[in-house]
Amino acid sequence: MKAAPFCYHRPGTVAEAVETLAAFGDGAKVLAGGQSLVPLMALRLARAEHLVDLGRIAALRYVRGAADSVAVGAMTVQAAAGRDPVIAASVPLLARAIPFIGHFQVRNRGTVGGSCAHADPSAEIPAVAVTLDAELEASGRGRPRLIPAAKFFTSTFTTSLEPDEVLTALHFPVWPGRSGFAVREFARRRGDFAVAGAVCAVTLGQGERIERVAIGLLGLGAVPLRAAAAERAATGTAAGDLDVTEIGHLAVADTDPPDDVHATPGYRRRVGVAMAARALTAALEEAAHG
Amino acid sequence: METQVAQVAMTVNGTPRRATVEPRKTLADTLREDFGLTGTHLGCEHGVCGACTVLVDGAAIRACLMFAVQADGSEVVTVEGLAPAGGGLSAVQRAFREEHGLQCGFCTPGFVVSLTAYLRDHPMPSGAELRDALSGNLCRCTGYQGIIAAARRAAGGMEDQ
Repeated sequence: MKAAPFCYHRPGTVAEAVETLAAFGDGAKVLAGGQSLVPLMALRLARAEHLVDLGRIAALRYVRGAADSVAVGAMTVQAAAGRDPVIAASVPLLARAIPFIGHFQVRNRGTVGGSCAHADPSAEIPAVAVTLDAELEASGRGRPRLIPAAKFFTSTFTTSLEPDEVLTALHFPVWPGRSGFAVREFARRRGDFAVAGAVCAVTLGQGERIERVAIGLLGLGAVPLRAAAAERAATGTAAGDLDVTEIGHLAVADTDPPDDVHATPGYRRRVGVAMAARALTAALEEAAHG
Repeated sequence: METQVAQVAMTVNGTPRRATVEPRKTLADTLREDFGLTGTHLGCEHGVCGACTVLVDGAAIRACLMFAVQADGSEVVTVEGLAPAGGGLSAVQRAFREEHGLQCGFCTPGFVVSLTAYLRDHPMPSGAELRDALSGNLCRCTGYQGIIAAARRAAGGMEDQ
């Protein structure tokens, strides 16, 4: 199984990448770390006449921390993001999601931006982006724009990026205060795509009440989901009074999970309940006790 | 459609190498066909089995998921480059021999390269961490117990050094 022939482009800047994409339109695809696109090309499920490799655009590899947000360049390799001290300190949810991505050899090539642009609904980084209300920065022929994560992922393997746009960075908000973060997912084998999973961020306020909570779900729909009803029910509740299983049930109530050889929709939902409950429990524990 | 070809240059096991390749040619195929380094094996060719694992600029990667053009200018180490100069085996290779960490041997280069990189970065892993680290490599003989035993021995051996 070999990829079909293509022309290879290796732009040195984002502007050059955008020009190349614009010139070749639908015939062009962006190559980031290649850990999803290259297998699809080898299986001939994806084909490109022109491949635009962002691998040499050094300006897209960075992690920059500010007071209330952390910017991660789109071509930052997942392994590098996973051991970055700024991400570990300021966006722990991202740091904890990364070990769940494939195997370490894949994380050595796969990129933070590539995972989002590929938009697999069971992928971890998109779920973290949606849960933290990250903004995704894109550059095209027009002005660069910031896209809220909730509007970025539009369907399975589909985003709101225009054909001439390159995803350049992700901006993750920092959650201050007594906050806790957790990722839980279930896969049949380590490194497989998850049957279902949940990522959770929570902040405790006065009287151990939940001041703020965000619960994201992966593998339970066409895009990474936010469990809005569950978040509403949990907000304002004293942490000790919370029935996390009930919150888990609320989290998956409106989902329409895929049905495939790996799991039925009902099973995915049951796994989702457990994962949401466990992630919330772990996040609350961390917020309370550090 | 035009068939584009590209010149690539890289250092492989310390030796500068050049090749003229189609952009669709993977690093794994280039190592085997252009450079004659057939120690890098291809099992699945779509990133699942890990048999083609090599080091690129020190990082263990799947050579079937990287086009040779992407590796242009890189430093590559294959299984042939792990043994010390002048013969003999590396600590990981020795551990595989001593613990019978291979049956047919097809998957062995990928395991050896992966484990070499992992133990370099994590010199004292727990048993669970070792199993996790090796989960990206498949052995169709299912000889995993010997492989895990070899990995433990290699980890211990590295501790001694």
